Amino acid sequence: MNSSLIMLEISVIGLGLVLMLADLFVPAERRRFIGYAAIAALGVLLVTSLSGNGSCGQFGTAFGGMFVNDALSLFFKQLFIVAAILVLFMAAEFSDKLAEGSVAEYYSLILFALAGMLFAASSNDFTMLFVSIELITITFYVLVSFQRSKLQSLEAGVKYLILGALSSSFMVFGIALIWGTTGELNFTKLADFLVKNPDVASSQIFLLGVLLVLVGLGFKIAAFPFQIWAPDVYQGAPTPTTAFLAIGSKAAGFVLLLRVLFTAVPSVTAHWANLLIVISAITILYGNLCAIPQRNLKRLLGYSSIAHAGYLLLGVAALSASGQSALLYYLAGYVFTVMAALFVITLVMRQLPNEDISGLAGLNQRSPLLAATLTIAMVSLAGIPPLAGFFGKFLLLKAVIETAHITHNHGYYCLAFTVLAGVVISLYYYFGVIRAIYWSKHPEDMSPITLSSPAKFAIWACLTGIFWIGLFPNTLLNITDLAAAALGK
Amino acid sequence: MSILTYIAGWPLLAALALIVVPRNYRVIIRAIAVLATLISAVLAVKMFAQFVPGATGFQFEQQIPWVESLGISYHVGVDGLNVGLILMGAIVAFAAALCSWEIQTREKEFYILLLVMTGGILGAFASLDLFFFYFLHELALVPTFIMIGVWGRGEKKNYATFQITLYLSIGALIALIGLIALYLQSGANTFDIPKIIEHAKTNPLAVNAQNFIFPLLLFGFGILVSLWPFHSWAPLGYGVAPSPTAMLHAGVLKKFGLYGLIRIALPLLPQAAQSWAHFLALLCVGNILYVGWVAMRQKDLNLLIGNSSVAHMGFIFLGIASLNLIGVTGAVLIMVAHGFLAALTFALTGYIYKQTGTLEISALGGLCRKLPFIGTALLMAAMAGCGLPGFANFVGEATVFFGAWKMFPAITIIALWGALVIGGIYMTRAIRNVLHGPLPEKWNSLSDANLWRKLPYALLIVSLLVFGFLPKLLTEKINPDAQKIVAMATGNVIAASETSAPAVNFVAQNK
Repeated sequence: MNSSLIMLEISVIGLGLVLMLADLFVPAERRRFIGYAAIAALGVLLVTSLSGNGSCGQFGTAFGGMFVNDALSLFFKQLFIVAAILVLFMAAEFSDKLAEGSVAEYYSLILFALAGMLFAASSNDFTMLFVSIELITITFYVLVSFQRSKLQSLEAGVKYLILGALSSSFMVFGIALIWGTTGELNFTKLADFLVKNPDVASSQIFLLGVLLVLVGLGFKIAAFPFQIWAPDVYQGAPTPTTAFLAIGSKAAGFVLLLRVLFTAVPSVTAHWANLLIVISAITILYGNLCAIPQRNLKRLLGYSSIAHAGYLLLGVAALSASGQSALLYYLAGYVFTVMAALFVITLVMRQLPNEDISGLAGLNQRSPLLAATLTIAMVSLAGIPPLAGFFGKFLLLKAVIETAHITHNHGYYCLAFTVLAGVVISLYYYFGVIRAIYWSKHPEDMSPITLSSPAKFAIWACLTGIFWIGLFPNTLLNITDLAAAALGK
Repeated sequence: MSILTYIAGWPLLAALALIVVPRNYRVIIRAIAVLATLISAVLAVKMFAQFVPGATGFQFEQQIPWVESLGISYHVGVDGLNVGLILMGAIVAFAAALCSWEIQTREKEFYILLLVMTGGILGAFASLDLFFFYFLHELALVPTFIMIGVWGRGEKKNYATFQITLYLSIGALIALIGLIALYLQSGANTFDIPKIIEHAKTNPLAVNAQNFIFPLLLFGFGILVSLWPFHSWAPLGYGVAPSPTAMLHAGVLKKFGLYGLIRIALPLLPQAAQSWAHFLALLCVGNILYVGWVAMRQKDLNLLIGNSSVAHMGFIFLGIASLNLIGVTGAVLIMVAHGFLAALTFALTGYIYKQTGTLEISALGGLCRKLPFIGTALLMAAMAGCGLPGFANFVGEATVFFGAWKMFPAITIIALWGALVIGGIYMTRAIRNVLHGPLPEKWNSLSDANLWRKLPYALLIVSLLVFGFLPKLLTEKINPDAQKIVAMATGNVIAASETSAPAVNFVAQNK
């Protein structure tokens, strides 16, 4: 038993509990500082993990192989902590819009969701997978419906609850089928078992089980045809929740998807290239086409996040280490980009009744920094150099064409052209947002937007991330290559 | 640091500097932009003068690793193919910055975009790395869309912006897929163009791979260069674009696709290039003849010039399709000459539009009386456009015809007819209607360009004349490197093109 490996997770949960207690002692007008304290604590955890001293830097397995720490989990844990820090900054700015007096609960729920994500990054067993997914999903039910006085938020919460429960039941059914046919729940052992018993690997009940698990994960990453919930929930949820949902929850879905497909059932995955290609292509087209008519900014980002799930699936569909590495690279860029966009939305729209694009009018005069940030985020999402989105898409396309070149599967070329179509479509609505910022009729309220210094810090951090990932890919690419290599072991 | 880094770097640095300049300091913003482009133009002239024709390998080279695991590095260098293009690009950029006085709203953003576009495209021409080649072009392309969308003129602005964005993004992305496929197929595991070419000399790409990649590059780049029938974005786009943008795009950015075909597609995909050459030559007829005819019927001066610029691309494609030394040399010559010419014409129509508020040919007339300098310059541009000897365009077009004659005599005859007759008709007709005849009363208040405003036009005309009278400045540089490209593109059929080398000199010395 090597329980020192989960020190990071224990610290995060402990921190969440401390925040709940702190709520009892801190006067209401100071509660914003609870968030800053949580940020500082997470910052310490991040620094220790970066310096290699933290528990996530010690590689090995624990709990009978259920829990694994490797380069892949390390990458995702750092990503989740960065995302959580940025979300906490956002929540601190958003705190006056959240239900009265319960801000500290909101912070600690974010930390519990973070703990679930950290466990997801390390899960090497279907039990662990299910428990971590449930920890994430159940906390998100609360986080989504946190604005109790707002009907939309409650509606989003109920939708997420019903569809989330449905997908969980699919997943647990799938896990039962896998266990029933193979008697294994551990990913590594399952892979060995399948090599020794190829007849089981091709049995229909087993394959149905794997498929149902993928349905559950497809719900988390909002891939077609399990994407229906995304726009409604993104729109209705409080903006920090939307951000965490778009990044943390999606990334957790992807790390589990990678583990299941490439560690647990690699022999099955190899035959499912066409399925993955089709899902990826439809997701890209669906997300981009549906985003065109949207006027609500968060709803637009909801559809754009579906499209991005499709782009990320390219890295899975490529079935190669370079594809997985590209996926991780793209996710890293996506974190900063989406955070930057939603941060601006939080700051600009917190006083407005809804998040209509027209609310951005005149932003370039009300706050040039926010206008530039949102522009850069949109340009990066559209995949234009020299920003993070471009190099990520370039790597994904390269991986897909590489696989096409090796396997001679023409589906991959079709997929590459679908990406091309998706990117061109997306230019239309991303540029629509930029146009609304700079060139729409000015509203009556032209008061400058004042930014608190933590908000400024967070925005500059996001901008630095976007440019750094776009301009200096070397370091990050080495890290993602290592992480992807851990998967193939 | 290579001088090339400075040529492309100064405009980008200036763009960064402009971000912090307050928007009220209009004079300073404008001065910074003009100064930065002036510096890169001066440096480009210096580089052009120091260039040693026929030296082996690339000159002014610089290489910095960027992503080692993928084999991407920042690698710049010039040989005969791009030395002229960089010179032309830098001069046109300077002229465009000078002509930007017509922009009166949101100047700061405009100059930033203009400088990014300049730096991007000069960098793309200098780049010897596939990744940066594409990356920098894309960096230059996106500002074009924004500039047309925001500072464009006329009622069709939104439609034109939408169309040009869609068309050019699709073109660029198709080319990107082709470039990635090329990188993977080459097996050299590097994005470095000279290394890929070196690798391909011993391990040529499989023919079926070539036949897959070449059309991607041909049509991807073709869309960017307005190859018929993918040209319809160009006339309308240039019609509504603010003139500095039209100058830079039609003059410089558009040559990127052609340069890409010559630099990358011909040497690396020789068999495919040979089998596609005839098809490409047929498409050229579409450019030269069809678009020429369309140009004859235009009622708007800018649409006419936009169409004529598309028609000129046909000659360059014809030169490339002929796959011999004279043809490719001619293609590069026209690329340089047409860059100056397109910039000049769009700058002049921009001046006229600023003064009159319309470019409707029927509404204009007799302008030469009120605008003697602008009128004369427009006349010279029109004459250069229909290939009058003395201007650089004539040299290029004549060279292309010499080269193409051996491969496609019938198409060459059609092209000649298109150049001399159709081009002559629409150009002289436009000149007659715009510059001569009775002067409508409402144009009595027009005023000619003052000395400072004359500078960009004079600069571009002088450039056209210099290369028209001394084409040797270019041909002696282009020749040795075009020779290498053609040798790779045609395999063993070098002997034929070697014997024809003197013909280029013959054309050159006859000027």
